[in-house]
Amino acid sequence: MRRFAELLDRLVLTPSRNGKLTLLTDYFRNVEDPDRGLALAAITGDLSIAAVKPAMLRTLVTERMDPVLFGYSYDYVGDLAETVSLVWPEPPGHHAANIRPTLADVVGALQSASRSDGPRVLARLLDRADISARYAIIKLVTGGLRIGVSARLAKQALADLGKVDVSEIEELWHGLTPPYADLFAWLEGKGPKPETAAKALFRPVMLANPVGDGDLERLDPADYAAEWKWDGIRVQAVCEGGIRRLYSRTGDDISPAFPDLVEAMTFEGVLDGELLVGDPQRETGTFSDLQQRLNRKTVSAKMLDRYPVFVRCYDLLQKGGEDVRALPFLERRARLENFVRRLDPARFDLSPLALFSDWPALEEMRSNPPHPVIEGVMLKRRDSAYLAGRPKGPWFKWKRDPFTVDAVLMYAQRGHGKRSSFYSDYTFGVWAGPEGAEELVPVGKAYFGFTDEELRQIDKFVRDNTIERFGPVRSVRADRSHGLVLEVAFEGLNRSTRHKSGVAMRFPRISRLRWDKPAGEADRIETLQALLDRTIDYSETETRIS
Amino acid sequence: MRASDLLCSRPEGLYCPPGDFFIDPVRPVARALITHGHSDHARPGHRAVLATAETLDIMELRCGADFAGSKQAMRLGETISLNDVKVTFQPAGHVLGSAQICVEHRGMRIVASGDYKRQPDATCAPFIPIPCDVFITEATFGLPVFRHPHPADEIARLLKSVEQFPERTHLVGAYALGKAQRVISLLRQAGYERTIYIHGALTKLCDYYQSRGIELGDLQPATVEAGGKEDFAGEIVVGPPAAFSDRWARRFPDPVACFASGWMRIRQRAKQRGVELPLIISDHSDWDELTETITETGAGEVWVTHGREEALVRWCELDGIAARPLHLVGYEDEGD
Ligand SMILES: [Zn+2]
Ligand SMILES: [Zn+2]
Repeated sequence: MRRFAELLDRLVLTPSRNGKLTLLTDYFRNVEDPDRGLALAAITGDLSIAAVKPAMLRTLVTERMDPVLFGYSYDYVGDLAETVSLVWPEPPGHHAANIRPTLADVVGALQSASRSDGPRVLARLLDRADISARYAIIKLVTGGLRIGVSARLAKQALADLGKVDVSEIEELWHGLTPPYADLFAWLEGKGPKPETAAKALFRPVMLANPVGDGDLERLDPADYAAEWKWDGIRVQAVCEGGIRRLYSRTGDDISPAFPDLVEAMTFEGVLDGELLVGDPQRETGTFSDLQQRLNRKTVSAKMLDRYPVFVRCYDLLQKGGEDVRALPFLERRARLENFVRRLDPARFDLSPLALFSDWPALEEMRSNPPHPVIEGVMLKRRDSAYLAGRPKGPWFKWKRDPFTVDAVLMYAQRGHGKRSSFYSDYTFGVWAGPEGAEELVPVGKAYFGFTDEELRQIDKFVRDNTIERFGPVRSVRADRSHGLVLEVAFEGLNRSTRHKSGVAMRFPRISRLRWDKPAGEADRIETLQALLDRTIDYSETETRIS
Repeated sequence: MRASDLLCSRPEGLYCPPGDFFIDPVRPVARALITHGHSDHARPGHRAVLATAETLDIMELRCGADFAGSKQAMRLGETISLNDVKVTFQPAGHVLGSAQICVEHRGMRIVASGDYKRQPDATCAPFIPIPCDVFITEATFGLPVFRHPHPADEIARLLKSVEQFPERTHLVGAYALGKAQRVISLLRQAGYERTIYIHGALTKLCDYYQSRGIELGDLQPATVEAGGKEDFAGEIVVGPPAAFSDRWARRFPDPVACFASGWMRIRQRAKQRGVELPLIISDHSDWDELTETITETGAGEVWVTHGREEALVRWCELDGIAARPLHLVGYEDEGD
């Protein structure tokens, strides 16, 4: 536990990416199984431990020390986890060193604790740990290590350790489970590459970059195919050797929520597409219809009937036993057309290509899409292989409405009047800073404008994920692996010296809750800055008119 | 006699009316008893100064030979009478030459601890608890959050980092009197035998410590010779924290900023100062040392000064010990 705690402490204070990589690879090299694998899982957000709420932590500590002294301490330090780790009194008659828990001890105890037993188990662990280990334990149970290390960076460290390409790790990742003993064995040359074992694995998804200023001028329209960007959620449907899985684009297995679709997955292969509600032959439902089906553990017959789902297919990654990802897009597309033709037409259809001659024509299509559930166009290089991640150049997305941004909820405040018992007033931020050390910068504040049911959901989220309270405001857990993404629509942007982000939104409103979107994939500040440069003329015009 | 008749606070500092002397006064006075050489305790300009020989030497090094009208050296453990008031100096374990001052008159004994610590320190004599009626304690780290780890563990983290980042210089910030020498001494105890490079501001005091028999090993000035930056790759350089924001610090390749201080216990403090490797090494008592020492002295009354008084006063109350803050101004805690 001590080495893990030390690693966390050093990572937080190490600004450079290379420094972080050195610390991580050294740790993975020097620490044995299963501790290193559990540490890895903690960093990538793949370690599941039942959360302990801050209020419980406070109760535990004030049962053990004078509340006034605790109050002085907390006021001074300002961080609950850190304060508790420092003031926690060692139990009398305690003989430290030889019985300090390992990370595996800690994780094992926490994972096997029942809900009611949780606080007692935690207290016993804190009794046995030293200060920095206590801090790490509390961070594990309150969620959010906040050490400025992305899952991607951790995988890069693994790649460095084994001298392999990081994409090899990405490829394997979703078939692996903590503590990853087989992965480490392979990286250290002591075991085979662990890919062959599991079936129906998730393949890392290929993502598109937004079209930026001047991007298109440099590209030849003849090199690109365009298709509509449908407004559902991106999924991957995998069938291999009788195993069927529906994955979200982050690799979460969401099959149990969509038995209607899984039943129709009678093929052998891997499809990439958009999950939508409706009947592909007759009508495509809106995103809010689709939301009825998201985030459910079980689904009623009535739901299945009212909101049937289907996949509008974009791409083919594997056909039977053949991996076709390295083929050019158009060749994959030809195979995809054949492939989809043989599937249940109520559950699968093909996302049509949108034909265009030049960029202005595409711009016109983007602004006036033929269907309300289209949110823009996708551009794919005709010869592009299917690559993991977000490579620059082969794929672009060009959204219909430039004035929306995906931001992460940071603070919530109680509303007024009828909604005073709900947290209905939100401050949100976008990512800034270098890769691996991203931080949220607040960019605006808005009220919620949706149904009471959604308000209840978000209110529950706020209460379950509170990190700190100041009066009516709660600070909500928001890091790369955990947080609520809000789609924020706004009328325009102004430069602002008052905001740390340098931008201020005009009339922001929360247009949608993106439960499906990982916090790490919310927009970056550069997106807003680029927009700022484009909209500045607009605001000047407005000044002249008024 | 009442305790407040034996020692009381005046604008100049802690004053003893029957003995007519001050302890660590912040303004020039006729007679000053000085606990140790940190600049907030040992100021120049007094007519007569009474202190340990080391403290007098350190004052001379820092303020010049004419820092006081007359000087008198006190041996640790020795008792003298000043106008019928018995005065004894006992080691405080804070820095070289540091002492507690015990003042006794008509059956009333008060101990002014100055700054003190209980952790072992090879660069000075260890603290000796003195039974007393009133104990005047410092409270620099007087909050339950301050719990200093073993300094050897901190040094081990430094040495591990030096191994992990052989292409970088480890710049260790440590105050010039006491901390710098202690860090160097701890490195030597950990078996680090390479040359340690020091900032010019440390030279005189390190030389003095070595002249008093404290082993610091090979020290060299951290100046760039013709070879350039790479000379310091993989080396440890010790300097006063203030020098780190200077151009001086830019001469080192991709330095790892380390800071040896009790304040480094609080992560936010390390972050704010841009410290990459905090080393929690302190010459002051942590919370546990403070409370254990109070108990050990058996004092029925405690006066708390020099730091965060409220928490320690609260602890004394819970423990049935009379306690009050003693408001003395002018102490800025040079040493940590
Ligand atoms: Zn002091
Ligand atoms: Zn001092």
